[in-house]
Amino acid sequence: MATKNSRSAARLMMAPAVILLLGWMLVPLTMTLWFSFRKYLPLRGGDLGWVGFDNYVRFVSSSSFWPSVQTTLIIVGGVLAITVVFGILLALLLDQPMWGQGIVRILVIAPFFVMPTVSALVWKNIFMDPVNGLFAHLWKFFGATPIEWLSQASVQSIVMIVSWQWLPFATLILLTAVQSLDSERLEASEMDGAKPLQRFGYIILPHLARAITIVVLIQTIFLLSIFAEIFVTTGGAFGTKTLSYLIFQRVLESQNIGLGSAGGIYAVILANIVAIFLMRIVGKNLDA
Amino acid sequence: MARSVTTQRKTINTVLAWAIGLLIFFPILWTILTSFKTEAQAINDPPIFLFFDWTLENYSVVQERSNYARFLWNSIFIAGGSTLLGVIIAIPAAWSMAFVPSKRTKDILLWMLSTKMLPAVGVLYPIYLLFIKFGLLDSVLGLTLVIMLINLPIIVWMLYTYFREIPVDILEAARMDGASLKSEILYVLTPMAVPGIASTLLLNFILAWNEAFWTLNLTAAKAAPLTAFIASYSSPEGLFYAKLSAASTMAILPILILGWFSQKQLVRGLTFGAVK
Amino acid sequence: MGSITLKQVTKSFGPVDVIKPIDLEVEDGEFVVFVGPSGCGKSTLLRLIAGLEDVTSGHIEINSKDATTIPPAKRGLAMVFQSYALYPHMSVRKNIAFPLKMAGIDKAVIDRKVDEAARVLNLSDYIDRRPGQLSGGQRQRVAIGRAIVREPDAFLFDEPLSNLDAALRGNMRLEISELHQSLKTTMIYVTHDQVEAMTMADKIVVLRDGIIEQVGAPIELYKNPRNLFVAGFIGSPKMNFITGAEAEKKDAHTIGVRPEHFSVSRSKGTWKGTVGVAEHLGSDTFLHVSADGVGTLTVRADGEVDLKYGDDVHVTADPNKIYRFGTDGNTIR
Repeated sequence: MATKNSRSAARLMMAPAVILLLGWMLVPLTMTLWFSFRKYLPLRGGDLGWVGFDNYVRFVSSSSFWPSVQTTLIIVGGVLAITVVFGILLALLLDQPMWGQGIVRILVIAPFFVMPTVSALVWKNIFMDPVNGLFAHLWKFFGATPIEWLSQASVQSIVMIVSWQWLPFATLILLTAVQSLDSERLEASEMDGAKPLQRFGYIILPHLARAITIVVLIQTIFLLSIFAEIFVTTGGAFGTKTLSYLIFQRVLESQNIGLGSAGGIYAVILANIVAIFLMRIVGKNLDA
Repeated sequence: MARSVTTQRKTINTVLAWAIGLLIFFPILWTILTSFKTEAQAINDPPIFLFFDWTLENYSVVQERSNYARFLWNSIFIAGGSTLLGVIIAIPAAWSMAFVPSKRTKDILLWMLSTKMLPAVGVLYPIYLLFIKFGLLDSVLGLTLVIMLINLPIIVWMLYTYFREIPVDILEAARMDGASLKSEILYVLTPMAVPGIASTLLLNFILAWNEAFWTLNLTAAKAAPLTAFIASYSSPEGLFYAKLSAASTMAILPILILGWFSQKQLVRGLTFGAVK
Repeated sequence: MGSITLKQVTKSFGPVDVIKPIDLEVEDGEFVVFVGPSGCGKSTLLRLIAGLEDVTSGHIEINSKDATTIPPAKRGLAMVFQSYALYPHMSVRKNIAFPLKMAGIDKAVIDRKVDEAARVLNLSDYIDRRPGQLSGGQRQRVAIGRAIVREPDAFLFDEPLSNLDAALRGNMRLEISELHQSLKTTMIYVTHDQVEAMTMADKIVVLRDGIIEQVGAPIELYKNPRNLFVAGFIGSPKMNFITGAEAEKKDAHTIGVRPEHFSVSRSKGTWKGTVGVAEHLGSDTFLHVSADGVGTLTVRADGEVDLKYGDDVHVTADPNKIYRFGTDGNTIR
């Protein structure tokens, strides 16, 4: 279908969305790029002119940079590992026949809909507080000394909180994928003599490969920029400063816009690398 | 064919799944329970699970002290406004992509998706400056616009995947029947796509409601929605478990219920149709 | 009012020429059927007339006025789609009323016209149902109802019966023919089914690869096919084609004999052969005969013939009804 008329109408109707998104992307990004090459300290002299790649070099050579990269990797990697592994197990379990499947699904999916600030606060105070938290009670019950979660095991604690938030997403997507597996294929492999573990390795896991990839990519994009969970719990202290939190601090707390912008450009490049892989997969799906 | 399973096997599955489900849900359940306790009972050692004096006092205190209603109203306005605005902008775009596809349609769709991946922190300061320049800082309008923009790609994608399932014949029939483009979209396409549009509204309302980066950074007192309201409880003087729980419950309960209705759309929406 | 003229109309999708230059006259009140194998361009041609696609070059005239660039809604044509394309969220009444509503016609007039159309099409009992609650045939009638209330200059049908089962298809064929008799409006009907073409058309347009192979009345095409393609396409079962020595005897590259123009005998005849599959229908018997030096022939015999698999037979073609074709595929007269 399509006549010249409808094609020009189509272009016209697409215009608002395209123009808005183009503006949303280009204007601030151009400004960030511009700032990243300038010495810009709004509270200490304002715009002090061009500095070339100085900000880029300084951002990378600052003592906070490598730790923040490390923290980012631990948080992203940790959450991915936990959510994917438990997500697969949970998806396989939920796919089994049982009573009250719908209710269990509802219970499992719930954390995803809790706003990040709430989940961070609830975990921080009601569970991880070293005096009154539930965990402290639990530890004391077993005669152990309560852990000061957010200072002694800060990164692990954040991984735990974020994993709790994202496990539902991983489970739901993997469950959808598991359910799309043709049961005849499993039965055929059973007839061929495959043991349960072999069925998992040769049939189920390959079938889930695509869903796992999607989970990994989408979560990576969101996890690279987690903010509220750190902002509310530790405020970036105790080694929980991720790359994006570091940039946030450079920009808003130390008001070094040039430096922060250079960091922002690094973050954009990093996110784009992940995004390209995601696009490939989603794009392939478009043709189908 | 689903095979019949032994009752024993089914029982084991059930027990295991319920145990894990309750474990995952426990933090939410505990928060809700705590919201009905007195402050003393909330931090009682050992913790009290169910047998406490149920009270609604925390809710009234939270409401009085922090004007909860205003935050709630801001949240509703921002989430609702951004979603509605997004859908109004996205419907024509999705119509174009689904029914008048060209060679570039796929590229445009993927490009839109890519804007969603732009790390917010990378453009925080420019947006901040622009907001100051246009007087949008700490305004409901400004936040509504920003959240609309970050969710627009998802809205376009979701509508696109729903529209693609509508046979083009029917739109052509409308055209033959003398419908203008406006009538075609208003009287034929939109009513047919109601389930899809509703799912899109629902999921994006939830995403907007829970958005935390921009709401924390672009609002102060006036336009702050519930995400920011809750974050204000992280300061030490706000530290009362029962009240914190009451505030949290009020912030998440409506969306939790909406969320349960939209779990299927979640897969479709957030994976951009790549997992079915 | 309802004449349509195509002048040197072409349509290309990118590098693919779907319609090569076509000239065609459709007269007012005529029932014209576009027929051809899938991919021949017949549906595209209909969509060009409807205005759902732009022509690449050439002109379309409706009632002697150039309509090439007029949008579909303004051409005064109504279309019935293969999928019926009913509006699933509207009742039958609203479906039929939709074009009138779009034209901004008075509510009372709409109601009167819709009731009238529903009565004619036997839809009165279903008028408040949704399309989803109707059978295939009823949906088809709603689609037709939606077309007739507009009182268009011409109706366009795009394979309207292909989603119906065989029995219903026969009924609807009759209904559409009757509708044409009573309305006397121009109808253009696209199908790949030559039986529909033969039974309904005043004029058949046989298309292949975007060109018109032949235009004419059904019997004209049956009797005087212009070439191998038309000869093979019109008539059921298909005409038998014989090449080689037997054809050369008749000074042709290929000769063609319709199954109904053979006579069968156990004892004598032109070609000797063995019966393969024999289909006994009662009214007719179709024999698939492998004849020596000719190949497999489909032969129709009147009524019941007592022949079965493996029997030896002799078949003879009616000498006046042997078609001869040259190396270019065209009929030798």
